Amino acid sequence: MSALPILPVLIPLGTACLGMLGHRSLRAQQTVSVAGAVALVVVAVALLARTATGEILTLDAGGWSAPFGITFVADAFGAIMALLAAVTGLAVVVYSVASVDLPRKRFLYYPLTHVLLAGVCGAFLTGDIFNLYVCFEILLLSSFVLLSLGSERGQLEGAIKYVTLNLISSAIFLSASGLLYGTLGTLNMAHLSVRAAEAVAEGRGHVVTIVAMLFMVSFGIKAAVFPLFFWLPASYHTPPFAVSALFAGLLTKVGVYAIVRVFTLIFVHDTGYTHTILLWVAALTMVSGVLGAAAQTEFRRVLSFHIISQIGYMILGVALLTPLAVAGTVFYIVHHIVVKANLFLVAGVAHRIRGTSDLVRPGRVGVYASAPLVALLFMVPAMSLAGVPPLSGFWAKLILIRAALDERAYVYVAVALLVGIMTLFSMTKIWAEAFWKSPAPEEGGTAGETAPRTPAGMLAPIAVLAAITVGIGLAAQPVFEFSALAAGQLLNPEVYVGAVLGEAFATPVEGVDP
Amino acid sequence: MKLLLALLVGGLFAAGIYLIVRRSIVKLIMGLILLSHGANLLIFASGGLVRAQAPLVEAGSLAPEPPHADPVPQALILTAIVIGFGVVAFMMVLVSRAYMAVGTDDTEEFTGTDH
Amino acid sequence: MNSTILQTATRYLLPLLLIFSIVVMLQGHNKPGGGFIGGLIGAAGFALHGMAFGPRATRTALRADLVVVMALGLAFALVAGSLALASGQPFLSGLWVSVPFPGFGEVKVGTPLVFDIGVYFVVIGVVMTIVLSLLEENA
Repeated sequence: MSALPILPVLIPLGTACLGMLGHRSLRAQQTVSVAGAVALVVVAVALLARTATGEILTLDAGGWSAPFGITFVADAFGAIMALLAAVTGLAVVVYSVASVDLPRKRFLYYPLTHVLLAGVCGAFLTGDIFNLYVCFEILLLSSFVLLSLGSERGQLEGAIKYVTLNLISSAIFLSASGLLYGTLGTLNMAHLSVRAAEAVAEGRGHVVTIVAMLFMVSFGIKAAVFPLFFWLPASYHTPPFAVSALFAGLLTKVGVYAIVRVFTLIFVHDTGYTHTILLWVAALTMVSGVLGAAAQTEFRRVLSFHIISQIGYMILGVALLTPLAVAGTVFYIVHHIVVKANLFLVAGVAHRIRGTSDLVRPGRVGVYASAPLVALLFMVPAMSLAGVPPLSGFWAKLILIRAALDERAYVYVAVALLVGIMTLFSMTKIWAEAFWKSPAPEEGGTAGETAPRTPAGMLAPIAVLAAITVGIGLAAQPVFEFSALAAGQLLNPEVYVGAVLGEAFATPVEGVDP
Repeated sequence: MKLLLALLVGGLFAAGIYLIVRRSIVKLIMGLILLSHGANLLIFASGGLVRAQAPLVEAGSLAPEPPHADPVPQALILTAIVIGFGVVAFMMVLVSRAYMAVGTDDTEEFTGTDH
Repeated sequence: MNSTILQTATRYLLPLLLIFSIVVMLQGHNKPGGGFIGGLIGAAGFALHGMAFGPRATRTALRADLVVVMALGLAFALVAGSLALASGQPFLSGLWVSVPFPGFGEVKVGTPLVFDIGVYFVVIGVVMTIVLSLLEENA
C-alpha cells in the first residue's frame, strides 16, 4: 500500500500551513506557495505514471480496511484530474505573484488557494461518497473566501449568489448521501456499486433511481448544467483574474467529475431513464450556454457562458455511455481545463493592456497593435475552444461527435457542431473587439499612449498552458489512448471494485451478503 | 416516530426554501440554516430509528451486543454540523459585509453583476 | 457593550471556560468531547471576553496571532496523520507510546491526541477570526 494517493491532498495542505506560519513575510509566502505547487505537479505526475499502466492505487486511511474506513483511490481518471488540478494550480500561483494586489496577498490569498487545491485533489481521489462531500465543502469554503476577498461591491453580490446556490446544492448532496446510506447501508463508492446492483436485483431499483436523481441535481448545480447554472455568470467575473481562472478551470469540473464517477460506477441500473435525462441536459446546456455568451459584451462574462456550453459536451459523453463517448468526455475535460484557465489568464493580461474588459467600449490601446505576442497567445486557446484543428479542442469534439454518430444520435451531433460554430463566432467577437481593434483618436485613444509592459510572470503561465494545448493537439494519440484506458476502467466498475474491496467482491455471489 | 420525523424534515426543508426565496439576505441565512438542519435530521432518520444501546464492543467479544444503534449516521451528522457551523459563520460575515456595501438587505438590489 | 456585570463575570468565566475546554478536549478520546467541542468552548470564552471588553482588548488578551494559531493547529493535525506514513503505516493510523508520568503511573500518549490538539487550535483560530471581524465591523 503506497502513500501516493493521499499525497496530492497532503502537499497543498502542508503548503497552506507553512504559508500561514510565515504569513507576515510576503516573500516567504510566495516562495513556499510556488514550491508547494511544483511539488504537487511532481507528485501528480508520479501518480499518473503509476496509473497509466492500468493499475488502480488504493489507500485505506487509518488502516481501516474498505468498506469500513475511508479509502483513497487513484484510477486513471482520478489521476489525470489530479494532474490537471496541479498544473492549473501552478499556473495560477505563478500568475498571481505578478498580478494579484497586495492586500489580498496579505490576507491569506496563497494558503486559501492551496486549501482549494487540496479540496479539489481530495474530491478526485477519494473513494468514499461522504468524504467526497467533505472535500466539496473544503473547496467550497476556500472558494467562498477567495471570491469575496477584497470586499468590492460586485464581488460581494456575486458571492452571495454563488454561496447560496452552492449551499443548497450541498444540502441536497448531504440528504442524498444520507438516503443512500439508509437504502444501501454503505458509503464506500466501490461497495455502493456492488450494493446498488444487489438492490436492483431485489427489486428496489426505483429507490436507487430516486437517490440518483438527487445526486444529479446536486452535482448539476456544481457543474453548472442547464437549468441550474445561473450562479456561474453572476459570480465568475467579479474576483481577480487569477481567481477566476482557478475557478473556471477546476470548480465546475469537480461537479462534472462527480457526475461521471457516480453515473458510471453506481447508478448504471436504469440508464434508459437517468442517462436520457443527462442527454437532454447536455444538449440544452450546450445551446443555452453558447446563446448566453452571444448576448454578452464583457470579456469574462462571455467566457463564463462558454464554460457552461462546454460542460454540455462533457455531459454528452457520459450520457451516451459508450467506451468511445466516455473516452471523449475524459479527453474533453483534459482539453477544457487547460484551455479555459488559460483564456481567463489571457483576459487578465488584455484587461491590463486595454484598461477595460468591456468589449463594446474601446480600450486604451489595441492589444494586437501594442502586444502582438499576447494576441497570438489568445488565439491558441480561443481556437482550441472553438474546435479548430489541429488544436486539442478539435480532437475532443471529434471523438464525442464520432461517438454520437455511432449511437445514431444525430440531433446531438447537429447540436454539438452548431455550438462549435457559435463558439467560433464568440471567440472572433472577442478577437475583433478586444485584440484587433485599435481605438480611433476621436474615441479617446491617443496614438502616443503605450501599453504597460506585461510582466514575464503573467506571460509564462499563459505560454506554457498554450504549449500544452498545442501539445495535446499534436500528440492526440497518446492522450486518447490514456482517455480510453480511463474510460475502460470507468465502464467496468468491477475493476474499481476489485481494486478497492479485493477480488472477492468483484464478482458478486448470489444470496451472499458481503 | 418515523412519520413525525419525516414531517419535521419536510417542514424544515419547506420553511428553509421559503425563507431563501424571500427578499431579505438575513432570512436567506436563516433559510440555509434550516435547510442544513433538515438535511441532518434526514440522515438521522434514514439511518434507522431503533431503541437500542451504544454500539460498544465488550472486552473479549468481536461484535457489539444486538440491538445496537448504527454509529455511522451519527458520525455523518456530526461532520455535517461542524461543516454547517463553519459555513454559517462565514455567511454571517459575508452578509454583513454585503449589507454595508450595497446599503440594503433587499436581494432585489443585488443586481450589479447581472448585466 | 459596557456592562460591569458582564465584565466582572467574564473575569471569572474566561479562565473557567478555558480549563473546561482543555478537560473536554482531553477526555474526548473515549468520552463525549474532543478537539472540536473543546475548541468551541474555548472560543466561546474569548467571544464572551470580546463582547464584554471589546475586540481590541480581546486581541491583546489572546496574545497570539490567530493566523499562526490556525497554522499550528493544521500542522499538529498533519504531523499526527503523517507520522504513521513515516513509520510505514497508512495515513492517519494511530501510534501510541506509554510515558511514565509521576503520580499517575503509565500514561498512553498517541497521535489521535495530537490530532485533537490540532483541531482544538484550528477551531479557536477560525472561530475567533470570524467573531472578532464581526465585532470589529459593528464597533
